[in-house]
Parts: sequence; C-alpha cells; structure tokens
Amino acid sequence: MQDWGYAKMKRTYQDQMHFEGRFWMIGALLLFMSLPLILSLGTGVWPTLQHFIPGFLATAIIFWPVTTIEVFTFSPMLGVGSTYLAFVTGNLTSLKVPAALNAQDALGVEKGTDEGDVISTIAVASSSIITTFIILVGALLIIPLTPFLESAALKPAFDNIIPALFGALGIVYISKRVKIAIIPLIVMMIFFPLVPGSGGLVGIMVPVGVVISIIVARILYKKGMIS
Amino acid sequence: MAFLTSWWVYLTIGIIFLYVMVQSIVTLIKARKRAFELGFSKEQINQTITSSMVFSLAPSLAILIGLVALTKVFGSMIAGIRLATLGAVTYELPAAINVINGVFGRNIGDVLTPEMVITAVWVMTLGCIPPLIIIPFFFKKMSLGMKSLREKDQTWNQIMMDALFLGMISAFVGYILAPKTPEGEDPYISILGILVLVTSAALIMLLGFLMKKFKWEWLKNYALPVSMILAMALAIVYAGLGVR
Repeated sequence: MQDWGYAKMKRTYQDQMHFEGRFWMIGALLLFMSLPLILSLGTGVWPTLQHFIPGFLATAIIFWPVTTIEVFTFSPMLGVGSTYLAFVTGNLTSLKVPAALNAQDALGVEKGTDEGDVISTIAVASSSIITTFIILVGALLIIPLTPFLESAALKPAFDNIIPALFGALGIVYISKRVKIAIIPLIVMMIFFPLVPGSGGLVGIMVPVGVVISIIVARILYKKGMIS
Repeated sequence: MAFLTSWWVYLTIGIIFLYVMVQSIVTLIKARKRAFELGFSKEQINQTITSSMVFSLAPSLAILIGLVALTKVFGSMIAGIRLATLGAVTYELPAAINVINGVFGRNIGDVLTPEMVITAVWVMTLGCIPPLIIIPFFFKKMSLGMKSLREKDQTWNQIMMDALFLGMISAFVGYILAPKTPEGEDPYISILGILVLVTSAALIMLLGFLMKKFKWEWLKNYALPVSMILAMALAIVYAGLGVR
C-alpha cells in the first residue's frame, strides 16, 4: 500500500510538471503571437504575401530544422521541469544549458535523475529571472547604456564570451571523459577552420557533435572500455 | 515609426515580460519545494540559485550588445522582448536581416517604413516557432521514452548524458576556430579567441586546485562564472597587446 502511495506521488509530480509546463508554453505561444498581431491591428499595416513569404522562407528553411533538432538535443540535458521554461526564455547554449550543467556538477548530482532534474530547473529558473530582468532594464535604459555597451575597450570581452564559457566548461567535462570527447573534438576542430562560412553553422553542428559523441560512447561502452 | 514607442506596444510587451517573469518565479518556487522533498538542504538550494544568477550576469550583458543592434530597427522594447524570449541574438539578427536586407534591400540603421518593421516582426516570430508547438504536444511522450531507457541501464544513462554535453562542447570548441570574416578584410582565425579559451580552462583548473588545497568548498559553485569573467577581462588585456 505504501509502495503504491509512493509511486502515485512520484507519478503525480512528473505529470504535474508536464501539465503545468504545457499550460505555460501554450500561453507563451499565444502571447508571442499576439505581438505582431497587435502591431498590425494597431497600425493597420499587414505584411503582404509578396514580402512575407520570401523573408519567412529564407528564415524558416534554416531555423525550423535547427530549432526542431534543438528540442531533441537539449531537452534530455535540461530535464522535464526546465525544458518548459528554457525554450520559452531562449538563449539555450550560452545561458540555460551551461547554467544547468554547472549547478548539477557543483552539487555532484547525477544528470537524468529526479535530483538532477530539480537542480537543473532551479538553475534555469534563476538564470531566466536575472536575464529577463537585465534585458528589461537594458531596454528601458538603452540610451544611457549604449556608449558603455558599444565601447571599443569592452568589445574584446563581449566578443569572446563563447571561448570564455566553453574553455572552462570544456576542460571540466573533457577531462572527465577524454575517451568519448576525443573523436567529436577532432571532427569539429577540422570542420570549423576548413569549411568557409562555418561560423554560421554552429546551430547545425551541435546535434552533429551530439550524434558523433553518442555513437563513440556506445561503442566504447559495448566494448567495456568505459564505465 | 511612432508606434514603436506607443503606450499599447509598451503595454503588450510589459505583459509578455511579466508572463515570462511569473513563469520563471513559479517554476523556481515549485522546484525549490521539490528539492526540499528530495532531501537537498536550504544552503545547497540557495547556493544553486545564487551561483546560477552570478553565472548569468556576463552572458546577459553580452545579450545587451545584440539589443543595441536590434533597437535600431525595432525600438528597444520590441528588441528587448525578442531577446528575452524564445531565440537568441544569433537567430533574431539573421531573421531581421533576411527581411530588411533580403526582401526590402535596406540595411539595419537605414530609415525604415512600418511595413518593413512589421513584416520583420512577423517573420522573426514565426521563424522559430517549432519548439513551442513540439514541446507541449510531444515532449511528455519523449521524456517517458527517455525515462524507460534510463531505468533499463543506469550506467549507460550516465554515459549518454555526459556524451550529450560533450557533443555540444566539442561543437563550440570547434566553432572558436571558425575563420572570422570582417567586412573588407581577409578571413582570419581568432588567436584571441583561442587564447581566451585556454585562459578560461587554465583558470578553472587553478580554482579547482585551490579548492582542493585550501578546502574552499564554497568556490565550487562559482568556479565557472569566476573563470569566465576573468578570462573575458583578460581578453581586453590581450587585445590591448595587439592579439586579434
């Protein structure tokens, strides 16, 4: 009887996360859609198909597949609770995923467990609060802030946020699982310098890197070379 | 273009900002409660909240650079809400350029008409909509599949999770080696980027050593943001020495 009660409690928590997450996400979808709609209703200006279709196709042809793949790539990393929030607040690779990873690592919780899921959710929610607040303040104070943000002295720092983030994050994870990391790292370190315009392909190359590393990990695991 | 600063645009965007903030706060409160149920201490939870917020400071400030660029087209409030939700500047800017430049033949910074701006907002909104449709309808099924996979083999689950992160990390490490292509200049590989990557890695290793040596457990939560911010600060020094 007690076992049944515990199973029910667990199921209820997970179901609740999905139920509430769906509610929040559909609400967000409607609100995000309301912005262009209200702009058009308020001004009486609607996009003509002649202008909308080419602009939309040029964007969707790249970003529909990329954002679709992102769901399958990042949601297992984030867990149930944070997926519903992270995909509403965006900025996944530079903020939400590293925040979740850092928090799980700092507490030593296993990823993919209930504990990992809840710590990831706390990290993503905290990150979302501070980022939303900073962007709101930035939007309201854009005029006085622009000289600071565009200052030549600070440009090298802001231009190098990705190396600063992935240098620290990378060494921690690569050193933990060198055998898995080596092949995807070599592939990426050959691909990016050699392919012209590769800088714009990182969104596509993340799932490619994930597929390579999972294949490598599976082979090594089956051969008993990692545990 | 007075509509960009009209009260009804501010009101609409204010509601969206409020919604996102409330969702984040409600999610945090519920996760915190669940964390207590799972046996985490108040100190562990508070440290997670604080370190995640500290970590988010530098990337959030970097988002404001994108805000400055997008404000030239959409005004600061529309630009702000686009960057605070759904995508990232790496999506919003190309989507805006596809319309402003690709369709209307203008540049960001030119004088634009309401039709150009409103068409761009429609395209940016619909151009990254898939997650908001896929997740509510298919994510539950997907996560249940992941759960059963997890329960089948716990060891493989841990390895697979590490492999997922390593795939993402390897792509971004490679991306740092992608040639930069400034307008009117030859493409070059950024030595500065590589130097910052190595510096940041060295700093977190140094912090790890200090944590072990002096038993600074408190530093564990802040090692990533501290390494990141110091590496960004050193990027200014390296650039000052002529590294590019």
